[in-house]
Amino acid sequence: MLDALWLIPALCLAGACANLVLGTLRAPKAIVAVVGVGSVGAATAVAWATLWAYAGQPLAVVVRPYFTWISAGDITVNASLQLDPLSAVMTAFVTVVGLLIHVYSVGYMHGEGNAAFARYFAYLNLFMFAMLLLVLGSNLAVLFIGWEGVGLCSYLLIGYYYRQLWCAQAGMKAFIVNRIGDLGFLLAIFATLAAFGSLEFETVFPAAAADPASFGPEATVIALLLFVGAVGKSAQIPLYVWLPDAMAGPTPVSALIHAATMVTAGVYMVVRANVLFRLSPTAMLTVAVVGGVTAIFAATIGLVQNDIKKVLAYSTVSQLGYMFLATGVGAWVAAIFHVVTHAFFKACLFLGSGSVIHACGGEQDMRRMGGLRIHMPTTYWTFLAATLSIAGIPIFAGFFSKDEILTRTWAAGASDLNGFGDAYRVLWALAVAAALLTAFYMFRALFTTFHGSFRGPEEVAHHLHESPRSMTLPLVLLGVLSVVGGFVGLPGQLLHLEGLNLIERFLKPVVIPLAEVGGHAAEAAHGAHGIGLATEWLLVLVSVGAAAAGVLLARRFYLGAGAFLLPRRLAERLPLLHRMLLNKYWVDELYALLVIRPLRAAAGFCWRVVDELAIDTLLVNGTAFGVELGADLARYTTTGNIRNYALMVLAAAVGIAALLW
Amino acid sequence: MTAELVPIPFTWVLALSAVLFAIGTLGVMLRRNAIAIFLSLEVMLNSANLAFAAFAYRFGAVHVAAAAALDGQIFIFFVIAVAAAEATVGLALFIALYRLRETIDVDRFNILRW
Repeated sequence: MLDALWLIPALCLAGACANLVLGTLRAPKAIVAVVGVGSVGAATAVAWATLWAYAGQPLAVVVRPYFTWISAGDITVNASLQLDPLSAVMTAFVTVVGLLIHVYSVGYMHGEGNAAFARYFAYLNLFMFAMLLLVLGSNLAVLFIGWEGVGLCSYLLIGYYYRQLWCAQAGMKAFIVNRIGDLGFLLAIFATLAAFGSLEFETVFPAAAADPASFGPEATVIALLLFVGAVGKSAQIPLYVWLPDAMAGPTPVSALIHAATMVTAGVYMVVRANVLFRLSPTAMLTVAVVGGVTAIFAATIGLVQNDIKKVLAYSTVSQLGYMFLATGVGAWVAAIFHVVTHAFFKACLFLGSGSVIHACGGEQDMRRMGGLRIHMPTTYWTFLAATLSIAGIPIFAGFFSKDEILTRTWAAGASDLNGFGDAYRVLWALAVAAALLTAFYMFRALFTTFHGSFRGPEEVAHHLHESPRSMTLPLVLLGVLSVVGGFVGLPGQLLHLEGLNLIERFLKPVVIPLAEVGGHAAEAAHGAHGIGLATEWLLVLVSVGAAAAGVLLARRFYLGAGAFLLPRRLAERLPLLHRMLLNKYWVDELYALLVIRPLRAAAGFCWRVVDELAIDTLLVNGTAFGVELGADLARYTTTGNIRNYALMVLAAAVGIAALLW
Repeated sequence: MTAELVPIPFTWVLALSAVLFAIGTLGVMLRRNAIAIFLSLEVMLNSANLAFAAFAYRFGAVHVAAAAALDGQIFIFFVIAVAAAEATVGLALFIALYRLRETIDVDRFNILRW
């Protein structure tokens, strides 16, 4: 079964190609839906059969080279796929979430024309291909192809409604901002090639782990450059600005690409390269700080957004910050665990918001919603499950992964990881505050959307309806996964039951132990938490307390008789703070001032002065004008008078004779 | 015994040739009648012929080898042949021009200009 590894991405690619052809033929939507969902369904089936076969084996790394892609001098890069615990986990949830969202899309996009419907599924299938290539690639080059592929599909799908200018612009913004990160990634690939002479994970990382002392500076450079790529793709400060705008795409796209899978590619890549990051305390601290600050920063913006998808977008940025915080404190498994649970609950939330938007006739502003739980019970209950999950309420999936991250961050502070203990303690406090804010803004969204009474126009109120089966079925499945998905990572150590944490056990081989340097381990407190059991229970209480406080605060603010009164008064009392949050800290305006305006000025200079004046006017037209002028003057020698010509011949003859004399 | 003939000095002949050439050239420049220009052209050609003959005579007197003397004289025949061919073409052109404009004043044929 492991021989069928290549089929997993290839089936999705075949689906994309078929749908492109079907689109040009304007094929009926039923056929496109069967091809689009069927190809991903087949890929999912193959993937799970492969994973089943793989899980039966001792957890080895299976590398399948298919052909030599690049061969130049000493450098050989294979087009090869790799199955190891990390890519297995990623493939497992990417295929399942992807399939569910494909099913959902059939219902959500049914209003589109035949060609547009086929175009949508072609892009979505292509995305699945690129994403699976990204997680299954066995070297940085193949990973990079998948990385660029998902970026391309992201651009195409954000700009899906390209007739609206702002959608097309959002697509371009995403693509250009990602390009900045991709430059870092590309440089990291070159640096890896220079330092290790190979791009294969199974060559580079063991080599680095075996000799931590000699690869220190290289590891710092490569790790930081890789992180630049991750910052772009995973929407971290300062490159997060594209993700909220990416909500211009269809909602299932936001769920699949901009919440569940693509944006977590950066986390996957950092975890994949964990050896290099562990060799560099600087890189670790950078990752942790960027992640922790992003988590709280995006959460504060999410507090005041009125567009339901914007709330979810900032929540995604914030949760991605958590994941990077986890990688920054060395909690690699917790990061991937949070990637998985986040995929479940955030996909569920986005699909739920899509269901709501669908019912409200395209309305996205929560101020014109309310009371929807009566009209759409399935959407409500699944949304509630996912909200509880993201808020970190115990038993729900998000609780386990978020609590693991918070605990490990505390542990990093307590054990003075890499000597940056104080920084990690501050980050822990920020993360707990962000957890409170998360619970608050998510329940704010829940209450304003589903509770109270409907605040939209009359004609919309009459059409409120539950979504079709193809949309509610994925919602229910994702809702269930948001509830039980966390059980793969039960914190067994709390109950003295080691081995209860399945994902920890499964992913352990991904974190290659580093060779010891000069008698002491090159890294602090890896594996063991290094804090007492009582402290751990206390930390659980703190994180649950923060979540509960957020929920109760939201309830006080947005539910019952005095709903919306308190927040309005608060906004009036703190107008500056409110304006700052509402305007997203003016970051877009800041970028416009510092980056876009100078770039436009420079481009304008190149256009008006260099191109139009210097090249067009002076060089091109100037030459032509000179020739024309010369010819204009010279033509008057053609008098048409034969005797003049004779005189010229004579003069020329005399001239030549004089010259020869 | 006849009185000894004194040959015309070589330089005189060359001078005559130069004068004829100048007269021809001026004729080409200044005359407007196409036939007159043509005649002037013939004068120029014949001034060249005269120069050829003069040089042939001169070199024939200096060098015993006759080949050098014959070269110049043979060239004269070439020039006469070319001039005859030119005359046919030229006169045909003049007739064509006359049919077109009822004149052969060259200044009237100046439309091929800027």
